[in-house]
Amino acid sequence: MFARRFAIKCLHDMKTRRDIFQAIADPTRRAIITLIALQAMTPNALAEHFKTTRQAVSNHLQILSECQLVKPVQQGREIYYELQIDKMKEIDKWLEQFRKIWESRFDNLDKVLQHMQKKQKDETKPKKD
Amino acid sequence: MNQTLLFDFSVNKETKTINVKREFAAGTGPVWEAWTNPEILDQWWAPKPYKAETRKMDFRKGGYWLYAMTCPGSTEFKDQLSRMDYEEIEPKKRFSGFTAFCDETGKVTPGSARSLWSNVFTENNGHTTVAISLKFDKLEDLETMVKMGFKEGFTMALENLDQYLETGV
Repeated sequence: MFARRFAIKCLHDMKTRRDIFQAIADPTRRAIITLIALQAMTPNALAEHFKTTRQAVSNHLQILSECQLVKPVQQGREIYYELQIDKMKEIDKWLEQFRKIWESRFDNLDKVLQHMQKKQKDETKPKKD
Repeated sequence: MNQTLLFDFSVNKETKTINVKREFAAGTGPVWEAWTNPEILDQWWAPKPYKAETRKMDFRKGGYWLYAMTCPGSTEFKDQLSRMDYEEIEPKKRFSGFTAFCDETGKVTPGSARSLWSNVFTENNGHTTVAISLKFDKLEDLETMVKMGFKEGFTMALENLDQYLETGV
């Protein structure tokens, strides 16, 4: 029973996995993230903050949930939205790995250029008798 | 890493662009040569411990560079190659192109993202700064580039190497 639910969740996650950069590109969504980073909030509380409709906020939360940046948590009768810190860190992790790849390439190139220039110097040196 | 040479790495998450700037202690002549001559590219393009192997290079507008990444003692990525299709080229000044993963024949891997690159070369006092701009479509593309080309083992290898260099162990 548990295995089946887990499998369904995995498939669901894969299908609805959303473009995370697009999700955080929206300024209202970024503001929502900033707020709930401090404490989990309900859609109503968020709507008050933005002077916007509850529906608009729910749409934003839906998008953020789909890319797993926020998670709904039931507390009593209310649903609070929590920030998933791990997901934010994941973006930075990929960027960091990407940066390291470039760093390594450039270190290689430094050495290659040094070698090229030394070779050129040696070739143009006047021959000693 | 040489601390006195400029190295800038910034990401614009909204425009999905990565910008890299790196200064090299050489003029645009040799630097351009290093970026466009396959024999030299093979010496530095792959981050250690990998090595790039050019299969085909046609450096002109509409041409492309086809290369493999190899790792000594490993058959990892044996059939996984990369290609860079050249768009605009201004000799010793700039070039741009699309990059994607492909097979031995150069056929783009289905589902492989194409990222647009542009490289600009500027000389100043005998040093050359290369400004690289890489535009991709989705976070997943970035993940794929990092994952497919360089699995987590690679990052661990880098960390091991760092540690080795620091402690000599």
